[in-house]
Amino acid sequence: MTIKEIIGVLDGNIRCGESHLNDEITKAFSSDLMSDVLTLKDCPLLLTGLCNVQTIRTCEMANLQVIVFVRHKKVTPEMIELAEENDMVLIECEYSMFKTSGILYMKGLEPLY
Amino acid sequence: MHFEYTIKEGDFVNAGAASSSVKKALKQLNLSSAVIKRVVVALYEAEVNAIAHAYGGTIYVDIDSERILMKVADRGPGIPDLDLAMQEGYSTARPEVRDMGFGAGMGLPNMKKNVDKLVVHTKVGEGTTVEMEVNFVE
Repeated sequence: MTIKEIIGVLDGNIRCGESHLNDEITKAFSSDLMSDVLTLKDCPLLLTGLCNVQTIRTCEMANLQVIVFVRHKKVTPEMIELAEENDMVLIECEYSMFKTSGILYMKGLEPLY
Repeated sequence: MHFEYTIKEGDFVNAGAASSSVKKALKQLNLSSAVIKRVVVALYEAEVNAIAHAYGGTIYVDIDSERILMKVADRGPGIPDLDLAMQEGYSTARPEVRDMGFGAGMGLPNMKKNVDKLVVHTKVGEGTTVEMEVNFVE
């Protein structure tokens, strides 16, 4: 799926990284635990309800480029600034983690394991 | 190359700033992304640990053409049972650390998985020093 398609099916709101709308995403991981995120290999997309600067830092270290914040979480200007420094895409979504994961799974995104 | 970074107690906002800086330096050396990721994940876990558990400290990083040496030295409570701390799932983290998405007892195990050499010196009531080495050539 392209990031644009992901935003469409999630009724999401992109907050930064608009130049990546046509990038293709094939896999995703859902977690609020950043130490688990640090163990991932080759995952481009994180779904999380943990909405703070450490989420961005963790994704910087783990090479995740796209973050979808679920459960009505709103990103802060500090998060956007750090994400833009690292060429990341931040998306806000009103749905729960379960619903968000289910929609993307049904649309063909693959789990890492 | 030699770098030093100061860690302040409870400075969660800047947790990862040193690791981010090291990542940028390593990218200049044209190392593989896999090696860079191993280094920064281990250093980031150590950095978060020091901010979360200690009263301050210093990160020392030395890079040459073959390897990176990282030392994270803190002034803090020390680790009473290091074997227990190395076990995945064991944690003494405070609630604010868990609010950051850490504190699940994976810090030291994650460090060990990503480095070629890990040595932990710790003394209760004085502090902990974590030394890590990653070789650039397999």
